[in-house]
Amino acid sequence: MKWPFCRRWPGASVAFLVNEPIAIAELVRRVSDPEHGGTATFMGTVRRGPDDGPVAAIEYTAYEGMAESEFSKILDQTLERWPGARVALQHRLGRIPTGEVSVAVVVSTPHRAQAFEACRYVVEELKQRVPIWKQEVLEGGATRWRGNRDSGQDVT
Amino acid sequence: MDPSTDTTISIRCSFFARYAELVGCDHVTLDVPAGATVGTAVALLRGVVPNGDQLPDRPMVAVNQEHALADTKLRDGDEMALLPPLAGG
Repeated sequence: MKWPFCRRWPGASVAFLVNEPIAIAELVRRVSDPEHGGTATFMGTVRRGPDDGPVAAIEYTAYEGMAESEFSKILDQTLERWPGARVALQHRLGRIPTGEVSVAVVVSTPHRAQAFEACRYVVEELKQRVPIWKQEVLEGGATRWRGNRDSGQDVT
Repeated sequence: MDPSTDTTISIRCSFFARYAELVGCDHVTLDVPAGATVGTAVALLRGVVPNGDQLPDRPMVAVNQEHALADTKLRDGDEMALLPPLAGG
C-alpha cells in the first residue's frame, strides 16, 4: 500500500521543471516531517571540467511533457521502494551559469541510510530516463551539445 | 474513398536538441504502413528528413511520451519522439 500522502504533501503540485534558480530551502521544507530523522540533499551544479575549455554556462532544454511524466514515475517508484519517504526534486531549464544548481533532489526518511539510498536512486534514475539535454555555451558564444558521460550512449 | 487509408497510418515525429538542429525542424508528419514498428518508422524517417542519414539507426525513442523499443507497434496519430543521448542532471 502506498503512503496516503504520497501525492498530497504541501507543494506536491509544484512543477518539476523550473526556469528560475532552484530554491533548495523550499524543497527541504517540503520534505520535513517530525518523524523523519534523516534528510539527504543532492545538488547537481553546472561545472567546467579540466578539459572542457572556457564553459561559461549550460543551456538546458527538455521534452517537457514527457520529462514531467518521467519525474512523476520516478517519485512513485521511489515511494514503492521506500514507503513513507518524502521526496522533492526540481530541475532547472534555460541558461545556467557555471557554479549554479541545475538539479536538486531532497529526500527525508526516518533514518539516514534510507535517505541516502533513496536520494541516490532518484538521481541515477533521472539521468537514465528523463528527456533533458544540455548545450555548453563557451565564453565568446559558441555552443556544443553534451551527453552525460555515464549515460552509456554515444555522444557523437 | 482513398484506399490507402486502410493500409497506411500517419504519425507525428518530433525531434529534440541536437536532432532538431540536425534535421532543421522540430517535427514532421510521416505516413507509415499500418502495423509498422518504431524501427520501421525510424528507417523511413531517416530516408526522408534532411540529414536523416546522420540520425542513428537505433536512437532512443519515445511513443506518446513513454520510452519505447524498436519493436513497439505504432498506431494512427501516435507521436514518436527521437531522443538524443540524455543529459539531465
